[in-house]
Amino acid sequence: MHGLINRSIQCFLRDTYGAAIWGRVGREAGLGFDSFEPMLTYDAALTDAVVAAAAKLLNRPRETVLEDLGTYLVSHPSTEALRRLLRFGGVSFYDFLHSLEDMPERGRMALPDLDLPNLHLTEVASGDYKLIVTSPLPGAGHVMVGLLRAMADDYGALVLLDHLGGGAEAEVVGIQLLDHRHSKGRQFHLGGWSAP
Amino acid sequence: MTLITALPHQVTSFDGPALDRLMPMHLRLDAGGVIQSVGPTLLKFLPEGGVLGRPVAEVFAQRRPTVTLRMEDLRAKLGATLHIGLVDDPGLVLRGLAVPTGAEGLLINLSFGIWVNEAVRRHSLTVADFAATDLTVEMLYLVEAKSAVMHELRNLNLRLQGAKVVAEEQALTDTLTGLRNRRALDMRMKDLLQHRQTFGLMHIDLDFFKQVNDTLGHAAGDHVLREVARILTEETRTTDLAARVGGDEFVLVFPGLTDPKRLEHIAARIIERLSDPMPFDDALCTISASIGMTVSVSYDHPQSEQMLADADEALYASKRAGRGRAHFYIGPPSP
Repeated sequence: MHGLINRSIQCFLRDTYGAAIWGRVGREAGLGFDSFEPMLTYDAALTDAVVAAAAKLLNRPRETVLEDLGTYLVSHPSTEALRRLLRFGGVSFYDFLHSLEDMPERGRMALPDLDLPNLHLTEVASGDYKLIVTSPLPGAGHVMVGLLRAMADDYGALVLLDHLGGGAEAEVVGIQLLDHRHSKGRQFHLGGWSAP
Repeated sequence: MTLITALPHQVTSFDGPALDRLMPMHLRLDAGGVIQSVGPTLLKFLPEGGVLGRPVAEVFAQRRPTVTLRMEDLRAKLGATLHIGLVDDPGLVLRGLAVPTGAEGLLINLSFGIWVNEAVRRHSLTVADFAATDLTVEMLYLVEAKSAVMHELRNLNLRLQGAKVVAEEQALTDTLTGLRNRRALDMRMKDLLQHRQTFGLMHIDLDFFKQVNDTLGHAAGDHVLREVARILTEETRTTDLAARVGGDEFVLVFPGLTDPKRLEHIAARIIERLSDPMPFDDALCTISASIGMTVSVSYDHPQSEQMLADADEALYASKRAGRGRAHFYIGPPSP
């Protein structure tokens, strides 16, 4: 698994629950090092071990931990760069939703070896969608639920999100877009980026 | 409805709003070079109060080189890449292409080229300012994504660099005393010999150290070794090298110092200081040192192993002579 993904899980745990919790999670998962390097690649089993260890130590279901991770990726100040890159997906949540299938390819434009989940959007009825999520990380669908919920807030859209289950092959996320201009949302300027 | 009718080499019919959406940075001129229409994105860069009906040369200028924009020049450059700027804004250079229109006029489509980042920032452009077919927004995305990746890579490099410095330091350091180790000694001697620099070499072996270890314990022994290291550091220059090469054996290297008198003087001071009893808890640790010395100028072709062996032999001469003293290597000069 790409170090950037592992690193974002680490930052999520550290920023949300504190450095001490991250230290315990790392030991519980048997990492043997203090910190993931975002530009290196790690065995996929390590990612799974970290998520399992976090769920155990925080005494929360794995699904909840993953969903919170998805929300963190968009809404925390330290992940502003990622929020901006996601906002390039479209001017409205509707556009964003319809650009989701480009997400892995957009990721690879920046990092050729980045293994983001494969996403496939189908419209069941008007405003009613199913997102098929295929990923080497079991539970990636829950990350998408958290991420989409935070992105809807960011765009000011009103949506209902549901993890509809699915096995190791693919997970299904149900998306009901009730109002894509529900509130003002957060601003996004094309040129609003500043060098870190 | 036909919005645009294109004949080979000639655009004959336009629909304003359609043109605005297809080419939000277009500029349309009549046969006399008077501005007929301007795309909405380009309009954001133009002087307030409007430019419609004004001669193009009052508003726009040619760039690379900067000359007045004249219709005959534009007509001569049909199909070629144009560089066009604003009369009022010397910094801005737009890239464009002109095609003829029906009534002897020209339609010019412009783009920001490499200047796009600055343009977007300065005029707070949004996705809506670019045609849906324009990849500019993808390029802006890529610039941001690459910058974020570069930022991470730079941090990674800094961390690796820090780790490398620490690892190198550890690889050359004796962990107990903080002196250099055998590896550092070998590297320094090799370096000096390679650059044909002269140096003095001192091999030090502690006397009575085993007794301290046996009677007062390893903690006392470790304390003594650290004290020895402190004294050796104090009695040498920062350019000298002090290494611990065995349990109670040390080697000093003195670059540029080959005068036997001065080396003997240094050796005597070291023995004197090491012979002072060292307090440890309630006990006093009493040791001394025997020293063997040699200098690189004694050899026609000095070599590390030979010099170390000779210093070692001189050291045992000191031991045999009753310890607590220093000797130079005397023997048949090595070949």
